[in-house]
Amino acid sequence: MQIVLKDFTKSFDGLTVIDKLNLTINDGEMLALLGPSGCGKSTTLLAISGILRVNGGQILFGDKDVSNLPSQKRNVGVVFQNYALYPHMTAFENIAFPLQVRKTGAAEIEERVREMARLTHIEPYLDRRPGQLSGGQQQRVALARALVRRPDVLLLDEPLANLDAKLRLEMRSEIRRIQLETGITAILVTHDQVEAMSMADRIAIMDHGRIQQIAAPEDMYHRPSNTFVAGFLGNPPIVFLEGKAIGNGAFESASGMRMPLPERLTGLAADQPIVMGVRPEHFGVKGRHTVRGTVSFIEPQGRETHFDLTVAEGEVLRSIQAARTDISLGSEVEWPLDVDKALVFDSEGNRL
Amino acid sequence: MQTKNFASWPIVLVLTAISLPLAIMYASLVIDSFTNTPAGAVLPNEFTLEHWAFLVDPTITGNVWTVTFNTLIFAFTMVVVVLSVSATGGYAMSRLNLPYRRFFLAGILVMHAFPSVTLIIGVFLVLQFAGLYDTLIGVILVKAALTLPFGVWIMKGFYDAVPWEIEMAGLQDGADRFTVWRRLILPQVKPGLVALGVFAFIDGWGEFLLPRILAPTTEFQVLSVYLNNVSVPDSVDYDFNLFKSVGLFYTLPILILFIVFQNRLMNIFGGGTKG
Repeated sequence: MQIVLKDFTKSFDGLTVIDKLNLTINDGEMLALLGPSGCGKSTTLLAISGILRVNGGQILFGDKDVSNLPSQKRNVGVVFQNYALYPHMTAFENIAFPLQVRKTGAAEIEERVREMARLTHIEPYLDRRPGQLSGGQQQRVALARALVRRPDVLLLDEPLANLDAKLRLEMRSEIRRIQLETGITAILVTHDQVEAMSMADRIAIMDHGRIQQIAAPEDMYHRPSNTFVAGFLGNPPIVFLEGKAIGNGAFESASGMRMPLPERLTGLAADQPIVMGVRPEHFGVKGRHTVRGTVSFIEPQGRETHFDLTVAEGEVLRSIQAARTDISLGSEVEWPLDVDKALVFDSEGNRL
Repeated sequence: MQTKNFASWPIVLVLTAISLPLAIMYASLVIDSFTNTPAGAVLPNEFTLEHWAFLVDPTITGNVWTVTFNTLIFAFTMVVVVLSVSATGGYAMSRLNLPYRRFFLAGILVMHAFPSVTLIIGVFLVLQFAGLYDTLIGVILVKAALTLPFGVWIMKGFYDAVPWEIEMAGLQDGADRFTVWRRLILPQVKPGLVALGVFAFIDGWGEFLLPRILAPTTEFQVLSVYLNNVSVPDSVDYDFNLFKSVGLFYTLPILILFIVFQNRLMNIFGGGTKG
């Protein structure tokens, strides 16, 4: 079902945290709300679920305006960060609870709980209480409970934050599989860019109660609309060099380092203040421009190695390369920079 | 498993030494109620059940079973009132955005700080005015009212420990607020309810002052008052051994309750996340 937020506004004690937010989640898609803590993503989620009342604007499920309906009357399934399983009930009873509340017949409850258990692979554990389940299994029970009454939309609030690294990887693909299999519209709230990029069809990146950009993950990574988005996506993050265009398709950084502008932007007027964004994977491998500098930091990661290269006073470029051990700290190197892949932003932070 | 950073025997030793007088007193109480000791002797010389005859012979002190029954009713009513009001009031204090919530909380703490004796004159006047003086209902109401601040405060602590998300999940699952409370939240605070219930029972069972002062002439006599009446030290026929037997009889249920529920009673002080 298509979910639409129209001029959604939310304030707490007179302080407006989200002002006229507009967002459309298409039927059957998984949309990630990504942003740093305090950006309003959880507030948006709780407003869609009905736990928080909206202060203005509308929330539409399909054609139906649910803005003033309480949680019970919105057909929304939520998976909370700490799963919020009912500790005194078995996994079966947990999943059956939403149906029992609706006075569903015992036979149908049994059938639908089993069906959910099959979908989420928790059939062997139905008799256990949450305390006897591992984190991943608890997560699956929480998913089953959220999905059992066939909600219009599934809300996932930082679903992987409480899992260890290996389980996180597993549950990432599991949640995605279950979402695709059921074809349910889902909203994933996360502060983890990797989660958002790997699970979602589209990402809405938020900051200070505003949506900065909505795009497919690849698109957002390669064509961020502003410096916030560019800086939030990518690990290790992008490096920004402040400076100005100096005509003839060249850029001069604050410290006086010069480099050519990308092909597409050679026409920038001289003296226009701009910010160059260089992702680590575009430095040190290939490119038509070379940069000299001193290696100031090396971080081996096994498969690859991260380098910091100090190119001038206060200006450090980051490079990520296939694992190499021939470079030592403090050595002078000259590495290619793929300037055509560099991102250029104006002084307001918007991408040119 | 907890690792031990120090030996536990010194603590056990100190605790034993401190509680030794108590243990000796209890032991002698039990022994004395079953034996006779010649005047001037330290050790008893014969076994007897005569001190316990009051259980079957109403001519000695009146019918003890009626009094026991009264006390049970009194204590159980206390449990019911305290539990039902604390379970709901504590929830309201913990979760609902009530007007004057802070004022209520402060009020509860202040009430908790006053011993019931300091309030007795005011309570007496109120009961007199309401026509409940010298009635069982009056005593129960007063006793429950004086226990409630403690009960509500303790239950609020237990409710505070239940994550909000459980409540949100319940609402999302389609349950109304009352169903959420009854089926999802109440089971989480059960350890608190059990402990508070036992506490209220013991408290009601042991209450002496209020029935004595607020219902002095009523037919309805509780064990504490009965015990007081059994032996008047100034009288000629003062029977100290009878006093001991009745006292032991009176203490027994409390001891049993304490042994059965001692771990759960400790929950009250632990906040109650684990049972």
